[in-house]
Order: sequence, then C-alpha cells, then structure tokens
Amino acid sequence: MRYLPHGPADRKAMLQYIGASGPDDLVATVPEELRLRGPLDLPPPLSEMELQDRMSELSMKNASTGCYRSFLGAGAYDHFVPVAVDHLLSRTEFYSSYTPYQPEISQGTLQTIFEFQSLVCMLTELDVANASLYDGATAVVEALLMASRVVGRDRIVVAGTLHPEYLATVRTYFRNLGLSLTAVPWGDDGRVDPRALGAAVDESTAAVAVQSPNAFGVVERLDRISAEARAKGAAAVAVVAEPYSLGVLRGPGALGCDVAVGEAQAFGNALSFGGPYLGFMAARDRYVRQMPGRIVGETTDLEGRRGFVLTLSTREQHIRRAKATSNICTNQGLCMTAATIHLALIGREGLRGIALANRAKASYTAGKLAAVKGVKRAFAGPVFNEFVLDLPRPAAEVLEALRGKGILGGLDLSRWFPEMRQRILVAVTERTRREDSDAYAAAMAEVL
Amino acid sequence: MDGTSETPAARARRSRDRSGLLFEEGGPGRIGIDLPPLDVPDAADPIEPGLLRERVDGMPELSEPEVVRHFTRLSMLNYAVDRGLYPLGSCTMKYNPKLNEWAARLPGFARVHPYAPEELAQGCLELMHELEGLLATITGMDAVTLQPAAGAHGELTGIMLVRACLGARGDPRKIILVPDSAHGTNPATASFSGYGVEEIPSNAKGCVDLEALRRRVDGTVAALMVTNPNTLGVFEEDLVEIARILHERGAMLYMDGANMNAMIGITRPGDAGVDVMHLNLHKTFSTPHGGGGPGAGAVAVKRHLEPYLPVPRVVKESGAYRLEHDRPHSIGRVRSFHGNFGMFVRAYAYIRALGARGLRETGLTAILNANYVRKGLLGVLTLPYASPSFHEVVFADHDLERETGVRTLDIAKRLMDYGFHPPTVYFPLIVHGAMMIEPTETESREELDAFVAAIKAIVEEARTDPELVKSAPHTTPLRRLDETAAARKPKLRWRP
Repeated sequence: MRYLPHGPADRKAMLQYIGASGPDDLVATVPEELRLRGPLDLPPPLSEMELQDRMSELSMKNASTGCYRSFLGAGAYDHFVPVAVDHLLSRTEFYSSYTPYQPEISQGTLQTIFEFQSLVCMLTELDVANASLYDGATAVVEALLMASRVVGRDRIVVAGTLHPEYLATVRTYFRNLGLSLTAVPWGDDGRVDPRALGAAVDESTAAVAVQSPNAFGVVERLDRISAEARAKGAAAVAVVAEPYSLGVLRGPGALGCDVAVGEAQAFGNALSFGGPYLGFMAARDRYVRQMPGRIVGETTDLEGRRGFVLTLSTREQHIRRAKATSNICTNQGLCMTAATIHLALIGREGLRGIALANRAKASYTAGKLAAVKGVKRAFAGPVFNEFVLDLPRPAAEVLEALRGKGILGGLDLSRWFPEMRQRILVAVTERTRREDSDAYAAAMAEVL
Repeated sequence: MDGTSETPAARARRSRDRSGLLFEEGGPGRIGIDLPPLDVPDAADPIEPGLLRERVDGMPELSEPEVVRHFTRLSMLNYAVDRGLYPLGSCTMKYNPKLNEWAARLPGFARVHPYAPEELAQGCLELMHELEGLLATITGMDAVTLQPAAGAHGELTGIMLVRACLGARGDPRKIILVPDSAHGTNPATASFSGYGVEEIPSNAKGCVDLEALRRRVDGTVAALMVTNPNTLGVFEEDLVEIARILHERGAMLYMDGANMNAMIGITRPGDAGVDVMHLNLHKTFSTPHGGGGPGAGAVAVKRHLEPYLPVPRVVKESGAYRLEHDRPHSIGRVRSFHGNFGMFVRAYAYIRALGARGLRETGLTAILNANYVRKGLLGVLTLPYASPSFHEVVFADHDLERETGVRTLDIAKRLMDYGFHPPTVYFPLIVHGAMMIEPTETESREELDAFVAAIKAIVEEARTDPELVKSAPHTTPLRRLDETAAARKPKLRWRP
C-alpha cells in the first residue's frame, strides 16, 4: 500500500467527516448482487524488492538487441539515442503531466508540440502537421480517411509494397466504412509497377498511398506517383516508416505529395517490443480543417507575450462528437517529446550524417552479403538502409542457423508474402559496425 | 500586475525562465552529438538525383548543454502530478510509481525488437499473457486484447468486435446508442466504425433513462455504450437491467471503462452483463500520461466476442508463449506490432505491487477522496446532481455566476495562482458551467484540505474582488492566452 497516503487515523477521520460508517457506505449505490464477496483471484502483492526481482527476471527472458548482432528492421529501427534524450524525458514535468488543456501551466508540453509540428513540416516539406497519432499504421488510415473527405471520393489505391501490417490495419478499418481499396503490385525492381498504378488510378480515386522506402526498403519514385495521382484529381499520400531517410531524400511535399504520414519511432524512441511508437502526419494547408488529432498554435497572452495553445478543436471529438474528423483523443505526447529532443540534439548536421551513414552501411552490408555464394539482391531498385536478399534455402532455416552464431539476420518475408520463402529483409542502422556486417557475411557463408 | 510595472530583475528573471524556440537558439555548425568516423565506403547504390536533398532547411543547430537547458526550462513551465493535486475529472491523474519507469527501461524490455524470434522474447510474451489474465480477472470478462493504443482506440476495437459478431450472426444493425453524458469519443467512435449514433437522455439522477432506453432498443440497435461510473461520477445502479434490456433484443452492452479505477476490487463489469469494455491502462493502472499520451486501451470481452479479437493473440502452448496470427474470424489488425508494450510493463508492475487487497483499497480510497472533497465544497459551489459520488464529483457555477459574475473558467484560472491544476471544466456537457473534480486515491488528506481551502478562498474573492478572479491567473509564466486569435489566424509552425 506504499502508493496510498492515508494512515488508519486519516481514513477513520475522513469517513467520519463524510458521514460514512465504513467502506460499504462508500459503495452503497452498487447493487448488493454486484458487489464482490471476496478478494479478486490475483497473485499476492509484492514489495518493491520482490517486484524488482520479478521484473528483472521477466526482462532477462528476452534477448535485447545488445545480446545479438541484429539486422531486424521492417518498421522498427534500432538507432543510436543520445543519453540526454531519456534524461530529459524522465523529467517528471514531462511524463507525469497531461494533455495541455490549461495552457498557462502547460507551456512546456505545448511549445514542445509546436516544435515537433515544425520539425515534421521541415522533414516532410509540407505546410502543417499535427501533435502525433498512435503509430505509422493508424496514421495511414487517418490520412486516407482525411484525403477521402477533402477530395470527396471513396476509392483508395495503395501500393502493395506498403508495410503489410499497415495495410492490414487499413483493411480492418475500411471493412466498416464503405471505402474501397485496391492494392497495386510491384515490379522486378521492387518499386510499384507504374503501369499497374496508372491502370488503377482514375477519376473516382480519392487517394494514392505509397510507402518510400517501401516494405522492401526500396526508394519509390514519389515524384512520378504523385503526378499520376494529381492528373486524376486524387491526393498523393506518402508513407514514411523510416524517417531517417528524410535526412537524404527529398520530403514528400517537394515531390508533389499532398500528405505525408508515418512512423517516427526511429527518432529517440526505444524498440520496446513494438510500442509505444509515434505516428506523424503532415499535409498541405488546405487539409488543416480536416486533419485528425490535436494541433497546437501560436498565440499571445494577456500581456502580449508569445505562447502556445491547443487550437482548431472544432475538428475534435469532444466538441464535434459524432461528426468529428476522428475519434482520436490522446496523442503520443511522450514519444513526441522524445523525438523532438532527439532531433534537437542531432540537429541539421547529425541528421544528415546519420542518414548518410545508414545508406553507406546498407550499401556495404548488401555488397558483402550478395558476394556470398548463392545469395543475391532480390530487387534492383535503390535503397536507404534496408534491402531484400534471395537465399538458396528456406529463410527460416538460414535465420535459425545464423541465430546460433549470435546473429539476428533479418526478417523472413514469408511471414507476409507466402511465396517469398527464400527471401529476407535485412536492415542496418548507424549502430551497425563494419565488423558486424563482416561477421554476418562470414556466418552466412558458413551456414549456407 | 501588468508587464510594465515589473521590476527589471523580475522581468529578466521571467525571461530566463522561458525559452525561445529551438530554431531561434544555437548557431550555425553547432551539434549535440558526435558520430564515429564512417568505417565503410560511401554508398555505391545510386538514387535518382531528383529524389535526393542536401539538407533540411531550418533544422536546429545546438550543443548538448543548450538542448538540455532548453528542455529543462520548458519542463519547468508544466504543472505535473508529481508536484501536486491534478484533479482533472475523468482523466485520473494519479501518482505514477517510479519502479514502473525503471522496469520499462530495462534493456530486456526496452531493447527488444518486435520481430525478435519468439523464443528470444519469452519474457515479453509471458508478461503480456499474464497481464491479459490479470485484467480478465479484474473485469470479470473472459478474454483480453492489449493491442489498442489508447482508450478511444479500444472503444473503436470493441465496437468493431460487436459489428463482426452481429455480422456473423447474419444480424447487421445500424445504430449505436450513447447516453448524453458520454465522453465525446463514444459517439465519434460509433460513427467512425460505420454506425449511426443516437443519444439516450439521462434521468434526474444523471443515469441512463431506462424508459427511454426501453422505448428505443429494437432490431436496429447494435449496442449501447455506457460509461460506468459515468461522467457525473455516479455508478449506473441499473446496469444489470440495462444489460437485460439490450440482450433481450439482441443488442450488446459496451462499457467505457475509463473510470474503472473506482470499481476495481469492488465490482466487476462482467458480472453485470457487460459484453465488451475497454480499460485505460494509463488511468486505472497508473502508467504516466506523458503530456497527452501514450495510452493503452486494452479491450476485455465475454466469450462470444473472443473469436473476433484482433490479431496477433498471445497463446501459451506446452510451457512456451507465441503469437498467433491465424485466426479466421478476427477483425484483423488495429495497429502495427503488438501494442504499447512499454505501457504493459508499467500496468503489470502496478497490479503485481498491489494485489487484490491493494487494488480494492485504491478503489475505495479514490471514492473516499472524491467524497471528502465533495463534502468540503458542499454549499460553496452548486451541486447539480445530488446522486452519491464515486470517484469524481461534478459541481457547477450557477449560483456563484448569478451572484458575482465569476464563472467556472475564472475559478479554474485562479486556482493556478493557488498552486493547483484546475479540474476538468465545461464537461460533462449536460451540466452548465461544469467543474469535474477527480482527486484520485494517491492524494493525502492535507492536499485535499488545501484544495478545498483554495476554492473557498476563491469564492470569497469572487464576492469581494471579482475582477481579481476574472483576470487570473496572475502568477503563472504566462497570463490568459488568446485562444480565439489562435484559431482565427492559425500559426501552426515555425518557418525558416
């Protein structure tokens, strides 16, 4: 009961003050037949010492990325995070505060969101951004629904190279909403097939969504895709699952896209077995009144000083209720704060340096691995920090053998594409040392 | 106090307490990290030049100490629950145990990739499996999914489950009923999952009007979404009857469990006939709110909805845990990966710290504290609904406004001068000038006494010097902010 402040005397005095004779009086409105008769069937409480042991024990049943040379990516990336990020994030004023409903005493959160919005706009080269969404997958859903509202059409075209879990999430939502969905196949280079895309997009299309780098790590021709969409009056939606790529690639806005959404876990957020992560959304100005989620704006206080507030809340569920742009209530405040601090630390030079290192290391690793007998690159399209390999044997077997050598060699793509039993998706980051790549290539040669 | 009458020292101090924007600080070439020299050749893969860029315009250029000072100063402009009472009704701002933060950062949790082979992630999977079981026990439901990322996301998932189940029965329905006292997320969720939304009025006690419900439920109604305890802080004492009315006509009962912290260990929604509900792990189980998130919105269901739960599911087979993706009736995925795992760690640690007796004690203490504040403020503010309060109490400003012109918002702002975060204001919508106070169980008697005394003092000020209250706050880093101007001419980003 270390988290509860009252001693027995306080409790007694307080009960007396409110005129209750005991706990039963407090819950008098709960019908007798609904009241629990005995204690819940839960394990006994643990002291802080015991609980530390239990949590350590559970955590040690997992292999952290520190225990293996890990080449896992696919939408969750093991990037370097400066120590100062978590140090600042652990400030209680950030993590134990709430949605900034009262701006006079929430300027820390509000200004951080404003800075985050600005950073997202800079990275994506678009006009407006919101305060974050749950994750990359739900951000794609929200972007497609937003585009459908703005364009006033209900057919959506997506690249088949969208992260399969993002696509699955879109399908779940769409089942209820009467929007139609067409997935366009990819070509031999691992990019969306331009002819198939051209055939799928017409005057009834609300939006075309393409991920770049895509689920195979391949950088898409967003400029051509957005032109195709624009020619038919559809919105072009870019999806970015690896935001570090924006350190070397043009922002989707500069390539003609109207909306950019994605996952910003890579900026300062732990892998944490898949969450919490950080969905982001940016768009052209005309989308702002249809944008879901919270938005922070600049204003002044009574004395003319600059300050920040939640704004345009008539889009939101607590005002508009059933007619809101989304049912979203929270954002990913603390993950957003981590990303903002992280970007502040790495800054202009760091973002570019890290992005270039990712690209160089991917190029080096891919070259080393493709030089192993029987292994080759599956797709010819250019990549950022992830690529697909063709193996001479089933990927599951190869990955298991590599694990025996302390290497998590990548993702077995048959997880999503049953026909790809011999393909793996390999990711590197700036953390991947040359010796890790060399060790991987050597191990690959041994296990094949 | 206006800006011009400030002493030079006070003005300087005030400006040092604040911070410019990241983009206005620092200088060209500054950087907050070092990177090791590149140990491989430059990339050989060509990318079309039109897709490449040289730099990101406007990105900050700051050293580590500058960044640390920037965010330290920003943090000091926030009120936080670790500093004092944060009585936001319906938000449940309670103390977040420090051990939970430590646990979530253990490398064996924080640095595990979501696609790590299952045999290398047994601890994560065990924790999830066990947490699902604990939540099922606490709610009296049969199965739990942890996947939804927040309460509203849990609502959406729950309503999708209802839809899938009714669809499988060949009984698609069109309407979700929502009480007029509901959170805005409820109607938004229903419409976001493709349903029409109709309101059910509240009765004089602030509970669902049973007669209105009986009249409305027919073969077109899929479910009622009820918040319990509701947004007036009142336990829906007819919950069993509500469930019966719905079930008799083939509809289901959804319970918004945002306020479950007041029922825990006392009563279980599953025993009352609830078919599906969500839990806000960040409220009931004390994972921190982080300035507005992340949350986690676990959904608990009765047996008949289990086949439809989102994939993947954590299953235990011959002593090992794995993720099951192949579930033919599942609604599918509602997000990427497996949920907000870091929140699961905190919620799990919280439940294990308290056990059955401790959880019941938290529920009872939340109710005790709310009623203690209620008693303290009776006769000071207007109590629009006299029904017994659970974990929160809703007051209104009618009498005070009539007498002094001071409104709820003014009291809220003046509370900041007294060192408190204000309660939730102007919600629920069915109470004019509502002030919804939820002290939570982690507040001491002294803190509650100080809060009641502050409100009493403000009400007294309203009578003697209403302008003082109406122009509050006076001592915060910024004075009242112009929200109208912000919305009229939106400035939503800094531009280089």
